[in-house]
Amino acid sequence: MISLASPTVAILLTGMLVGVSAALLGSFLVLRGNSMLADAISHSILFGIALAWLLTGQTTGPVQIAGAALSGVLAVLLIETLTRTRRLRDDAAIGLVFPALFSIGVLLINVFARDVHLDEHTVLLGEIGFVWLDTLTLGGVELPRATLAMAVMLALDAVFVLVFYKSLKLATFDPDLARALGLAPGLVFYAHLSLLSGTAVAAFDAVGVVLFVTFVVVPPATALLLTRRLSTLIAVAMLIAAASAPIGYGVALWLDVSIGGSMALATGPFLAAAYAWRRWQTARRRRVRPVQPASSASA
Amino acid sequence: MLTLLTDYTLQNVMLGAALIGVISGVLGAFAVLRRQSLLGDTLSHAALPGVCLGFMVAGAREMTSIMAGALVTGVIAALLMLALVRHTRLKVDAGLAAMLSLGFALGVVLLTWIQRQGGAAQAGLDSFLFGQAAATTRADLYPMLVLVVLALVAVGLLWKPLKLMTFDPTFAAVAGLPVHWLDRILTGMIALAVVTGLQMVGVVLMTAMVIAPGAAARQWCGGLRGMVLLSGAFGAFAGVSGGLISALAPGLSTGPVVVLVATAIALVSLLIAPHRGLLPQWWRRRHRRSHTSTDRILLTLYELAREHGNWRYRVEQGAVDAFYGMLTEPQLTDLHARGLVVPAHHMPDEGPHWQLTDAGVEHAAECARRRSRQRGRLE
Amino acid sequence: MSELGPDIREPHEPGLALHVEDLTVSYDDRPALWDIDLNIPPGVMAGVVGPNGAGKSTLLKAVLGLVPLSAGHVRLFGYPYRNQRRRVGYVPQRSSVDWDFPTTAVDVVTMGLYGKLGWLRWPGRRERDLALRALDEVGMEALADRQMSELSGGQQQRVFIARALVQQPDILLLDEPMAGVDATTERSIIDILGRLRSEGRTIIVVHHDLQTVQRYFDWLVMLNVRVIAAGPLDAVYTPRNLRRTYGGQVALLDAGGEATDESAHANATH
Repeated sequence: MISLASPTVAILLTGMLVGVSAALLGSFLVLRGNSMLADAISHSILFGIALAWLLTGQTTGPVQIAGAALSGVLAVLLIETLTRTRRLRDDAAIGLVFPALFSIGVLLINVFARDVHLDEHTVLLGEIGFVWLDTLTLGGVELPRATLAMAVMLALDAVFVLVFYKSLKLATFDPDLARALGLAPGLVFYAHLSLLSGTAVAAFDAVGVVLFVTFVVVPPATALLLTRRLSTLIAVAMLIAAASAPIGYGVALWLDVSIGGSMALATGPFLAAAYAWRRWQTARRRRVRPVQPASSASA
Repeated sequence: MLTLLTDYTLQNVMLGAALIGVISGVLGAFAVLRRQSLLGDTLSHAALPGVCLGFMVAGAREMTSIMAGALVTGVIAALLMLALVRHTRLKVDAGLAAMLSLGFALGVVLLTWIQRQGGAAQAGLDSFLFGQAAATTRADLYPMLVLVVLALVAVGLLWKPLKLMTFDPTFAAVAGLPVHWLDRILTGMIALAVVTGLQMVGVVLMTAMVIAPGAAARQWCGGLRGMVLLSGAFGAFAGVSGGLISALAPGLSTGPVVVLVATAIALVSLLIAPHRGLLPQWWRRRHRRSHTSTDRILLTLYELAREHGNWRYRVEQGAVDAFYGMLTEPQLTDLHARGLVVPAHHMPDEGPHWQLTDAGVEHAAECARRRSRQRGRLE
Repeated sequence: MSELGPDIREPHEPGLALHVEDLTVSYDDRPALWDIDLNIPPGVMAGVVGPNGAGKSTLLKAVLGLVPLSAGHVRLFGYPYRNQRRRVGYVPQRSSVDWDFPTTAVDVVTMGLYGKLGWLRWPGRRERDLALRALDEVGMEALADRQMSELSGGQQQRVFIARALVQQPDILLLDEPMAGVDATTERSIIDILGRLRSEGRTIIVVHHDLQTVQRYFDWLVMLNVRVIAAGPLDAVYTPRNLRRTYGGQVALLDAGGEATDESAHANATH
């Protein structure tokens, strides 16, 4: 019988859960042109994780996840505030805010948490190889804690996207119309980023914050090159992310390297393949129809 | 203190930090102006695999090959990003984030690979994540110095085309400048700056060193020359003071301390810089009073009332604020105290309004007559 | 009537399709629109013209509550926009959205119904049918399942108009619908708008081409931060008004009023 606490199952399941939930939320982020916010949020949660640890002595648990997620939202708020002063462009604001929050997090750990299991390298790189060690028993079943946290976050993310799909879609495509129709795109935006932040916190001890960014951005970017419909895009992105986990795991075992890094890197070939396919398509189309302008496709 | 300053390690740290600050400040000024701030982020994260490759090629923690490796992978990531954006419908943000995270993932994989192969030798590589100033040796400083001199000479030689390209790339292209090449050269130079800082600040935080000094200098200077010089100075100051703090308080990673100093400089600049600063601006809005007399504001209410053909016309405070580009409530309250205007309400979804009193109309008309007489005398 | 002025639930100027009073909008401490008064009766096809930076788009955005108002109020058939959302259709500038977004023409038109569906309900068969009918009205039904990025500029514009039509609006606001479309598309857009007007709907179009103003519109708003002139086309479209609208910067307050100060003063003391 397969136990959920067996190392292989726990690692694979956690990796896939991280990938799928990141790709789900990431699709909207990439389409909105805010991919770098994923980077900002995932770095900034170190500040929240360090604070939550200082206050509660724990890094996992619903309160800690929610609390640490707030620091991701704080980063977005600070970026917006700085941009609104019109003294900085948004790219400079992003690049000013997240390194600062990340630095404060590192220093907090330096000063207060030396020699404890929370260290900045784990936050950065994750230790998915160890997730099966930390388990809790729920209804007689032994579950790895990180896997459970990810499963809960994925469920939350999925419910959010299903319920607010329409609003998310319109807020991403045409925020002005969303506002004119009374669909509060600002609210949707912050709810979306709060969930992204929470998902990043739940994922950090598995894959680390930077590798989380890979799952947020690369599968949706790949899917955008392959599909022409939002629902398909999300499905393809989630599939790519889910497939990357076992592939990456296999490679990691074979070469004896970081499992999280390898899982994240496994999304790369998908992007490369999609890029090559696109290029080949354009080249072929150009050869077949050399002069026909796109606008006269119909009348 | 004196013994501290003659301390060999500390000298290295401060020299190195100053070099990093200067190069990232000078080149960051261009990045910030060209809205390429986050390019540094991608370059630095994607430098990690290069650090590992450099180590593997040299077989030891040898700075020159590590820096060369970092430069190569950083630039490759930037070129791949450009290809993605140019040939597909992906936008710059997605390209940057994808190459950043994939580059870093590759770096992590290589890092652990070296770890498993080489055992103890990798200890030094870990420090490239967050930077470890104390590990800086005099020998590490030489390649850094070479890079800084190279970059500064290049900026000096290419000053005019770079300036033109920063402010008006279209015109630069029309004027026949090789814009694409300049673009690549500038990207390569920013990569140089990032690579210089890897050892002390680390790949994760080097982006802040590229952005913060430039963003700070932008608040103080309108011209490019002043901005680049000041940005370099801010960077050097952040580097030296951050390096010093982290050396004096062992256990604090150098990178975060340097970054926080640089961020603090940027925030303070944002607040207090004389022209663009938020506090001076707020102060000017509050206290433009000396320039904008209450009589002028009364006259504005009067002219609005005349335009609307109704001396009892209720003027919304927001309109007066918009007219003067400042908050006029103090003056209006003052006029109210003098009995020249009274508060009023109009529609429920509007803000506070003001209405002229008889005395107000009289006084305003008197002011208007005085002003037209003055104008008449001048002419 | 409370002491705060009329109750917001009471209609204010219900006989007008659009009533704008004392409207000021400012960006960056500078008025983009200054002290605008504007009344547009139902059933007209109104053009809004003015130079670049005159605040034409800002006017539409202010009507739709997309920008904060510094002063003044806006009423549509007597009520604020938030009570009238269902009756207003909006066609933003084509450049305001990312046309690479993975979506089809019929999908974009269905978005017009999202407001009616509210937060939770999903669009279904009925919504798709309505969207197809709207696409048919603009002659785009055959391309309903086309990817937006594959359509030409004029086709994208017609999809945008269909998205506003599907709401069955009583008043339709369009921001430069003719920008960047070919002559055929422009003619068909004008035909569609003319048909809507003959059904009694009110059309307000931000327009940039002065040569076609007389042919297209029966009502005109000439804007340059202030309203220079507004009213029936024939009364308003004069060389003098054109000069004042396009003749450079307009003073926010007329400085030439000093001569009449005596009479004004005399009036005031009555």
